[in-house]
Amino acid sequence: MIEVRNISKSFDGQEVLKNISTTFEKGKTNLIIGQSGSGKTVLMKCCIGLLDTDEGEIKFDGRRFSNLKGTNQKNVRKEMGVLFQGGALFDSYTVEENVMFPLNMFTDNTLEEKRARVNEVLTHVNLENVNSKYPAEISGGMIKRVAIARAIALNPKYLFCDEPNSGLDPKTAEVIDELISELTEKFQMTTVINTHDMNSVLQIGQKIAYLYKGQLWWEGDHQGILETTNEELNDFVFSTELTRRLKHR
Amino acid sequence: MISEIGKYLMVIFQAFKKPDKGSVFIKQLIIDFRYLGVSSIGLVAFISLFTGGIIALQTAYNIDNPLVPMWLIGYTTKQMMILEFSPTIISLILVGKVGSSIASEIGTMRVTQQIDALEVMGINPANYLILPKITAAMIYNPILIVFSMGVGLFGGWFSVVITGQVTSVAFVDGLQSFWDPFSITYALIKTVVFAFILASVAGYKGFTVQGGSVEVGKASTQAVVISSVLIIIFDLLLTQMLLT
Repeated sequence: MIEVRNISKSFDGQEVLKNISTTFEKGKTNLIIGQSGSGKTVLMKCCIGLLDTDEGEIKFDGRRFSNLKGTNQKNVRKEMGVLFQGGALFDSYTVEENVMFPLNMFTDNTLEEKRARVNEVLTHVNLENVNSKYPAEISGGMIKRVAIARAIALNPKYLFCDEPNSGLDPKTAEVIDELISELTEKFQMTTVINTHDMNSVLQIGQKIAYLYKGQLWWEGDHQGILETTNEELNDFVFSTELTRRLKHR
Repeated sequence: MISEIGKYLMVIFQAFKKPDKGSVFIKQLIIDFRYLGVSSIGLVAFISLFTGGIIALQTAYNIDNPLVPMWLIGYTTKQMMILEFSPTIISLILVGKVGSSIASEIGTMRVTQQIDALEVMGINPANYLILPKITAAMIYNPILIVFSMGVGLFGGWFSVVITGQVTSVAFVDGLQSFWDPFSITYALIKTVVFAFILASVAGYKGFTVQGGSVEVGKASTQAVVISSVLIIIFDLLLTQMLLT
């Protein structure tokens, strides 16, 4: 479980996160949603330690992570897997080398053991026979799946996904959502997903935190979001004709 | 400017920490040897060969006094190649080739979040990306520069002998005249310093890119300009310290 307590963050005097408190639960897909500029990317960057918070604290299973430095921060980070928006695969490495990278850095396994683990996680994400391909040679959906495979290679306790569906067609986006949801349940990870995608919200949002102008405006699950009377959340979620029809069904 | 120097020192301080894993560092170093050093051999050979020839021919052209001995052509070519052309000009050429490549490679990794990915994995990205490049440049550039000296002197010999400006014996006599082994030491010291400047400035500029592809291009250009200026300044300082 990840606990976020009274987090605030400003850039050049402009407050981007205002006193945010929430928890991300183990074995669940926890979604952070909100309009562009609402602070969800900043919140995620604070959670993974790419940004320091101005105030408040973040705890990973009771261990204080925010503003940690050096080895202490490194130890918690080894338990995290992060899926970046564009995948962030290393261009000059093959798929196999990308997935093997964390294993090379943090294990003393033999090459055969590492290769077996790579094939195992690639099977988890439904990718086979792509080991020798470079990121430039595979599709956007496959890049996301390789990035997920790399993120889970070390059996992380915490999985962070920044806009996992951006740039994907609806069908592939659904496949990625299902994959993340399945892996979360199977490996009992605490998964935090930052998304704009309303399909994801309704399909896999077991816990949803809605940010509005840097504040935590609403919390609930995908069922609650359909029934909410919160005006700002309704404006955001039901902003398209399709979602409005869904609500009135 | 002071804040920029401070940021540069902080990145280089991070880069010079103990590597997370020795075997991964060695693997990365070998990749960088091949990428930064071996791939430059052709360019260095071509430029050194022709420049050696041009220096020898220009020296021959300017010596039209019968009282000046012809071995002076070989001697002048040797001095120019060893003292200045190979260590400084080849380093400046390598700044254009290798420095811009390092800055754009690391810069692209920054804007595509590959460096963020390293960081959240708990890896020191400056150490992983910059240290092998600095080490490779500081080991490989002196080898390239000695190679450049040899090829340049051969180019000088070939051009003046083939055109009949001077005999082979006179040219080689000039190469052997007033031989001072410290010239090579001086050239190698300069080369190592220039290699550090080249790789560290390019690594820093790439590492600190913010924005997109336009900023990566700008960082690459800045890396070349700043490294070139620093190399010329350090050339003067080192010459003053070591030769006078």
